[in-house]
Amino acid sequence: MAGERPDAHPADRDARRPGLTRRSFLKFAATVGAASGGGLLFGFSVPAIGQNEATAQGAARQSVIGGDGVEPPPPNVFAPNAFIQIGSDGKVTLIIPKVEMGQGVYTSIPMLIAEELEVPLESVTLDHAPPDEKLYSDPLLGGQLTGGSTSIRYAWDPMRKAGASARTLLVTAAAQQWQVDPSTCHAQAGEVLHPPSGRSIGYGQLVDAAAKLPPPQNVSLKDPKDFRLIGTRAKRLDSPEKVDGVAMFGFDARPPGMVYAAIATCPVFGGTLASVDDTHVKQIPGVQQVVKFDNGVAVIGAHTWAAKRGLQALSIQWNEGPGANVSMQTIVADLQNAAKRNGAVARKQGDVDHAFSNAKTRIDAVYQQPFLAHATMEPVNCTVHLRPDACEIWIGSQVPTRVVGTAVALTGLPADKIIVHNYLIGGGFGRRLETDMVTQAIKVAKQVQAPVKVLWTREEDIQHDMYRPYYYDVISAGLDANGKPLAWQHRIVGSSVMARFAPPAFKGGLDPDAVEVAADLPYDLPNQFVDYVRQEPHAVPTAFWRGVGPTRSTFVVESFIDELAAQAKADPVEYRRDLLGKSPRVLNVLNVVTQAAQWTPGAPQGNGRGRGVSVMHAFGSFFAIVVDVSVNAGEVRVNHITCAVDCGMTVNPDTIEAQVQGGIIFGLTAALYGQVTITNGRVDQTNFTDYRMLRINETPGIDVHIVKSSEAPGGIGEPGTAAVQPALANAIFAATGKRLRHLPVGDQLKSA
Amino acid sequence: MITLNINGEPHQVDAPPDMPLLWAIRDLAGLTGTKFGCGIAQCGACTVHLDGAAVRSCVLPVAAVGDRKITTIEGVGATPAGKKVQAAWRALDVVQCGYCQSGQVMSAASLLASNPHPSDADIDAAMAGNICRCGTYNRIRAAVKQAAREA
Repeated sequence: MAGERPDAHPADRDARRPGLTRRSFLKFAATVGAASGGGLLFGFSVPAIGQNEATAQGAARQSVIGGDGVEPPPPNVFAPNAFIQIGSDGKVTLIIPKVEMGQGVYTSIPMLIAEELEVPLESVTLDHAPPDEKLYSDPLLGGQLTGGSTSIRYAWDPMRKAGASARTLLVTAAAQQWQVDPSTCHAQAGEVLHPPSGRSIGYGQLVDAAAKLPPPQNVSLKDPKDFRLIGTRAKRLDSPEKVDGVAMFGFDARPPGMVYAAIATCPVFGGTLASVDDTHVKQIPGVQQVVKFDNGVAVIGAHTWAAKRGLQALSIQWNEGPGANVSMQTIVADLQNAAKRNGAVARKQGDVDHAFSNAKTRIDAVYQQPFLAHATMEPVNCTVHLRPDACEIWIGSQVPTRVVGTAVALTGLPADKIIVHNYLIGGGFGRRLETDMVTQAIKVAKQVQAPVKVLWTREEDIQHDMYRPYYYDVISAGLDANGKPLAWQHRIVGSSVMARFAPPAFKGGLDPDAVEVAADLPYDLPNQFVDYVRQEPHAVPTAFWRGVGPTRSTFVVESFIDELAAQAKADPVEYRRDLLGKSPRVLNVLNVVTQAAQWTPGAPQGNGRGRGVSVMHAFGSFFAIVVDVSVNAGEVRVNHITCAVDCGMTVNPDTIEAQVQGGIIFGLTAALYGQVTITNGRVDQTNFTDYRMLRINETPGIDVHIVKSSEAPGGIGEPGTAAVQPALANAIFAATGKRLRHLPVGDQLKSA
Repeated sequence: MITLNINGEPHQVDAPPDMPLLWAIRDLAGLTGTKFGCGIAQCGACTVHLDGAAVRSCVLPVAAVGDRKITTIEGVGATPAGKKVQAAWRALDVVQCGYCQSGQVMSAASLLASNPHPSDADIDAAMAGNICRCGTYNRIRAAVKQAAREA
């Protein structure tokens, strides 16, 4: 709802949050009232306590987020569509159909709307969109999801149209009031102006009249040359609250009466709980309850520490099941065997067999990429209050409607009795496209008579993630006498996330995500054959991970093209350029990056210093990256990274730079250190000690060059992650002569 | 009951002596700006100040705090270094998801309070304990330098 959040102390944010707990308070109050004959006053006494607390703290901070759309807008609000509400006080609330997990959509989408609505960006309040497929579905993803670097590609037209449509109604309402031709009026900074008469009127005074007008049939959008916001480095709307502790993540939800759960899940995937001895638990102060469910056990406490101490005091026996026989050797052997099968064809062009027979030389390679955990900084958590009549959920989710669906399936309640409060997300990267944590929290909540927060430890988070799958790629090329590729054959083998996540997208055995990039190379190659073989890693759950399919395929393809260039004794940039005649935007970013990085063809490399390059077209954007490394005693130091980006028209170049830098760091982290391994059905890694993250002292300078373009916007959250890994491996090859076909780099250079 | 002095205010909390300060701050005092990330002092998300020095509250038992002054992200803006750091963080739009940033700001504020003009090596040493999964490190470095220029 439109709401100005009063000065609030984080402790009472939920209590003070209009549209969030007011409804639950009312429901609660109504329940209490019915039972006791009392009234609604009870419900409002809690916010009053909150206010006193806020005053005592002397806090005077505010969030840009006013609510989560759980409560319908008040009747006097002008809501011309699902994205805009304007109050009679002129306050503008924008309902944002995508979730904010760092990528900046809580700034860029408001920019798109505010551009056409003609309101100052810094004047708006935001609501998290409630779960509603009808209103907030992204056709690129087939649902109300945030992922796949689609947010701006999706939002570009509909959000500007939403703004333009509302503005048109407000201008029409003003013109009618003044009895002038609407074409003589225009909107600016939250007002309608009539320059011939010098009159002006604020949006707030027009809401009643505008609400009575029929929606405009066609609205014209601004010519890009008239943009005043789009394309500027507008400040992030969520910055202030993220530097002073006000920002609320799912982990920060504190509904009244909440208790805390610490969880142990069967360490072996697919295993179940056998028995629990809780003899020593009850005497721990603050412990309230032990809750058993199919594959785990939870201890409920008055605070996190009591729950955690209680969990440590349990003696738990597991039925590990057949999963305990699965280790990396099994998984990799399965993939090797699967690679002998013919797969679903993703690309067939020319005659590969014939081309191989004409080739002067042939190169064969196997590339392997590990399981990876998401390791979001905000560990997995979910708070649930299950009541006989409703299920209320507090969570940061990339898939709010799937949260509803999961709750419906588990509780048997109708969808309109599932209340989802979405939050800022402390890192998504694909982890919060899943609802396994909702399932688990509801299982716990079914046995607890209060709102219960389930918070995973970092160890649970790493050991019970749903992992970026291990992939096994077999790739071959035949080169002509000049070293140019005549034949190109690529078999991709691994888990299909898509088959589980979106079954209709998995057709004829082909996972479109698994073959993205590989099936549509930027290179002009006459004879290509690319296929995909699905092989699941037993009970190890797999999921999307930042950069999705392109991250895996780009590593293979851009490493292998580098192998071909080396075989041809050609400069890696020149070799690529020769093959990019039909991909002008890729060629352009390659030219931009090599100029910016002062790439000199044939410059001497080696002796522990080298540069590598990669190019990529994915997510609707075009990337080229140059990585400069030093390798000493097997330790890789990334000295500098230069990146050229063509993502079409830019909404906020500052956000784009940040996303490219962050995406690159995410990719570097994985390429250098990242791997999850399985022994006897369980994950070996535990915490940041053995699932290592890049740190500030290991982070190179990263220059980002954004190419000017008038094309439609492309995605920006993931391409950096996908494009950087082969450039790193190619730089290591240049520095050391060692070709890394297996990620992560890890200790591979030390054994050399 | 023990009394914790948080951001200049006494807080009476019913905390067992071995409870890490993080949970006393979050669950009992109700200040949720300080975050949990790893529980073993490896990521810095839980960083607060004890008498101005950065500590990892996820491994510090409340019994060890005594009457030292605790400053959290909610209160650090009242310190000269904290105010400059927050301003620089806003000016450069350092944050992405923001979850680690409370800890980043606390570490940076502690650095600048003791070393108003840190070198790159000083920044590395003071900030390497704070993980940012979104990869905001380049801007963190720039923002620490900007805050130092305001000193």
